[in-house]
Amino acid sequence: MSGDVKLSCRNLWKVYGPDPGQYFKSSEPVSDAAQLAARMRSEKHIPAAINVGFDVHVGETFVIMGLSGSGKSTVVRCLSRLIDADHGQVLLDGEDLLAKSNRELIDIRRHKMGMVFQNFGLLPHLNVIENIAFPLRLQGLSPADQRERAARVIDLVGLGGRENAYPRQLSGGQQQRVGIARSLAVEPELWLLDEPFSALDPLIRRQMQDEFLRIQRVLKKSIVFITHDFLEALRIADRMAIMRDGRVVQIGTPEELILHPADDYVAQFTGEVPRIKILRAGQCAEALANRPEGLPQVDPEARVEGLMPLLAANPKGVDVVEGGTYVGTLTAASLVAALAASEGAQAREVAHG
Amino acid sequence: MAEGRGAGSSLSGAVVWLALLGLALGLALLQVRFPVLHAYPADWQLPLGDWLNVLMQWLVDHTKPFFRFLSWVMGFPLQWVSDLLAWLPWSVSAVAAVLIAYQAGKRPLAIFTGVSLLYVLAMGLWPDTMNSLALVAVSVPLAIALGFGLGVAGFFRPRVERFLTPMMDVTQTVPAFAYLLPILMLFGFGPVVGLIAGVIFAFPPMVKNTIVGLREVPSEIIESGLMSGATPWQLFFRVRCAAGLRQILLGVNQTTMAALSMIIIASIIGGSEDIGWKVLSTLRKAEFGESLVAGIVIALMAMVLDRITYGLATREQDMDHDKGFLARHRFGVTLLAAMIAAYGLSLVVPALQVWPEGWTVDPSGPLNRGIEAFVIAAKPVLDATKNFVIFAFVLPLKIGFYKVVSPFTWGFTPTLWHAAFYVVLVVGGAFYARTRGRGGLAIATLSFGLILFFGLTNMTWPGLAALLIYFGYRSGGMRLALWSAAAMGFILISGSYDKAVLSVQLCGLAVVASFIIGSGLGVLAAESDRFSRILRPINDTLQTMPPFVLLIPIIMIFKIGEFSALLAIISYAVVAPIRYTEYGIRNVPKEVIEASTSLGCTRSQLLWRVKIPLAMPNIMLGLNQAIMFGISMLVISALVGTDDLGQIIYIGLSKGNFGIGFLAGIAMAVIALLSDQFCRAWQKRSEARLEGAYP
Ligand SMILES: Nc1ncnc2c1ncn2[C@@H]1O[C@H](COP(=O)(O)OP(=O)(O)OP(=O)(O)O)[C@@H](O)[C@H]1O
Ligand SMILES: [Mg+2]
Repeated sequence: MSGDVKLSCRNLWKVYGPDPGQYFKSSEPVSDAAQLAARMRSEKHIPAAINVGFDVHVGETFVIMGLSGSGKSTVVRCLSRLIDADHGQVLLDGEDLLAKSNRELIDIRRHKMGMVFQNFGLLPHLNVIENIAFPLRLQGLSPADQRERAARVIDLVGLGGRENAYPRQLSGGQQQRVGIARSLAVEPELWLLDEPFSALDPLIRRQMQDEFLRIQRVLKKSIVFITHDFLEALRIADRMAIMRDGRVVQIGTPEELILHPADDYVAQFTGEVPRIKILRAGQCAEALANRPEGLPQVDPEARVEGLMPLLAANPKGVDVVEGGTYVGTLTAASLVAALAASEGAQAREVAHG
Repeated sequence: MAEGRGAGSSLSGAVVWLALLGLALGLALLQVRFPVLHAYPADWQLPLGDWLNVLMQWLVDHTKPFFRFLSWVMGFPLQWVSDLLAWLPWSVSAVAAVLIAYQAGKRPLAIFTGVSLLYVLAMGLWPDTMNSLALVAVSVPLAIALGFGLGVAGFFRPRVERFLTPMMDVTQTVPAFAYLLPILMLFGFGPVVGLIAGVIFAFPPMVKNTIVGLREVPSEIIESGLMSGATPWQLFFRVRCAAGLRQILLGVNQTTMAALSMIIIASIIGGSEDIGWKVLSTLRKAEFGESLVAGIVIALMAMVLDRITYGLATREQDMDHDKGFLARHRFGVTLLAAMIAAYGLSLVVPALQVWPEGWTVDPSGPLNRGIEAFVIAAKPVLDATKNFVIFAFVLPLKIGFYKVVSPFTWGFTPTLWHAAFYVVLVVGGAFYARTRGRGGLAIATLSFGLILFFGLTNMTWPGLAALLIYFGYRSGGMRLALWSAAAMGFILISGSYDKAVLSVQLCGLAVVASFIIGSGLGVLAAESDRFSRILRPINDTLQTMPPFVLLIPIIMIFKIGEFSALLAIISYAVVAPIRYTEYGIRNVPKEVIEASTSLGCTRSQLLWRVKIPLAMPNIMLGLNQAIMFGISMLVISALVGTDDLGQIIYIGLSKGNFGIGFLAGIAMAVIALLSDQFCRAWQKRSEARLEGAYP
């Protein structure tokens, strides 16, 4: 995870209002972001992104999560320069995107970036294959090349057989598969997804998340993924940032956020999460003095949620073993005890802030 | 604002109303002593017509070479296209038309087109039809190019749109005939006038649809285009235009229909051998059979053009990009091959070249005799209907009961007792409405009682002006009061008052009738799917028909006169209220209906207490449209002998008096704009009343 930095975003500001430029006249960095944002609000400006900064590493899935209106779309659109930030830097492979000319930008979008939209953004007059090949067609690739590369991503998203359907003939899930395939057709290095599954119903959403994880295992893109669903973030994030009213409140792995929420706001999200989803075998195991023989062995990093069937099949428990050394035994009783302890800690954290 | 609806203000409002009605009554009684009240004095008028003439003359003198040059240039493509259409064997054109129709609407449309063409050929009207088609074929692309260009400009520059929109709104209220006047002056006589008029009349829908189509492309589609790496040009043409294409093509459909309608109307200036002229010239010679035969051609042409352009706009494409050139251009290749084949055949078979004389039929003789026989047979009924409408509605509104009622018309000599009875009836009715809490209805009863007694022409101009302005104030506040005052002022000063009153009388009656009939039918259509299915094709036909085709059957049966004009306006204006009412009622939210039903509403309660009130904004829109359609038809029905502003425009056109005709056109536009303002105010009110009714 700690590979090279692919995308880096520093002191990013986006302000809506009659004259956002006035706040960033002096070239020195903003000293007190919160104070400046308060001033903007009092002067009829909306700071939609306030001093946002984070790094996305190569091959990492970075999730930005927050409630509606917290500025997620604004940030991701600044990253792709669909909107121009008022202040700050966006570095892609170390080069400042905000300084690129339009021509260079078009080139970057044609080769380095792909984006998926909440409402799919498909062209209604093109069928599946034409939609997917659209970015390639814009580049002036030969029809044969277009077809070949489009066919590759079609198989990847499992749309084979629907090539000639039009968007209106497809279900939401299928349309988003087209959107995903189109964004991947140019083989981008940076993949941006703005709430890609929010318009889908829960069952399909779950399915699409699995698909997404499968695709990511194959392609290993550097990803910025936007969502307002904490459970979704949990499933797919390597690291995540939580946004509130334009600010990034906390950045960390899902476990870090759950176990050490920075404030009440974060704790409110994490409080919703059933502990079973984050506890790992190592955290719930109990070292037994006389351990039963012949139990199956699991890694301490394994999520206990996934071990339930194994636990059900082995009433005596499973051994947690790290690199050949015995850590402890995971049993139904130890699991319940760990859950109880963790929920208790969470309750205290929420109560005391 | 007068909208304060507390008891106090509505009481004082009623007092003002009564005072004004009293004033109007007094003035009406005094007009015998003071003729100045009856007729707005000529000394107080401005010779606006003369001024317009001077202005126009100046313009013509200074720009004549330019416009004549333009006219000369535009003459070429027109000549080429009409030469081409005249030269092409009919079989080639027919094959092309049927194939295009098939592409647009599959078998049914192809068959309909084929049958229509056969009709044209069999009636021997092919050359005239081709001449009209040539005008359409040249003016529509010009209008589309102009409209698309302006639409794109308006899309990119909001300032351009802010400038264009009111301009187009105003030009759409100017009656079609009035358009022809300046064009005639500037471009001179000839078929080019029809062409130019067609372009000017037809481009606004293209502008509107282009702007809407470009603007309503969802932002995510634009963003996805950007992220696909589109350059600005690619983004505009391949993403924005492509995604908004359907709407833009609907603009093409509307533009085509408007151009056709205008081209037909423009043939009134004569000099063209087209189908519109055929209808008009035969109509003038009272050759109704011939006129009807040719009129049907126009109707068929309108329907075919409408269905084809609409079909092409809404077609679901399924193009296969994987296939080769032949497969991708299958339609074009087929079309070309079929046309060449037809041409080859026509070289061998002369009958395919020029439709043989022997194959034409002329049903106009029998048609004329049949109609004659029908009119004679049905004379008692027809006359009775006509007289009833004239004596009970048209004349009272025009000159008042006190002049209309006589032994000859109503079967008795009016006495003071009759007048007293009338007064008691009106005042009693108003009083009853008032006790039921319907203050507005009470005022309306009194006003109409007064107007019907004296007739619009005998209501004095100060009286009418006062009532109109206060009505404006009550409906839409100070703004509408000022509008009303300005409109009234213009009409008085320009000397259009007398004719304007006649226009309002005729059009008002027709609109009220179409509104009552139309919204009634609309309610029925909304309540019964079967009725709706029967009504829809009739509506479609009435609406696509160029207006003056409607005149033909009406004149044939009822002859020239006000009654025919009334019928013509009603049949043209009735469609809008039907449509809007049905739409409004059918679109009342389901939950509201379910909730009301669960509360125990009967079907009629549901209709009257729930659906109609909720559909009111739409029903009001229907009224607005009915007025606009009514006014545009009013001018055209000058052809069947009316006595109002429309007739003046028509006379201006036929005598070449630009100032008088155009001034009447402006007066008509002023009336239309004012009615539009009133309708908007009422619509706003009915919407405000519903505010919060929906979640
Ligand atoms: N064009 C604009 N003009 C003015 N304010 C805007 C504009 N676009 C966004 N905003 C404001 O910026 C803030 C952030 O919006 P943004 O769309 O980034 O939120 P979001 O987190 O993506 O929300 P959602 O989950 O609803 O998509 C909101 O308060 C919004 O009202
Ligand atoms: Mg968003």
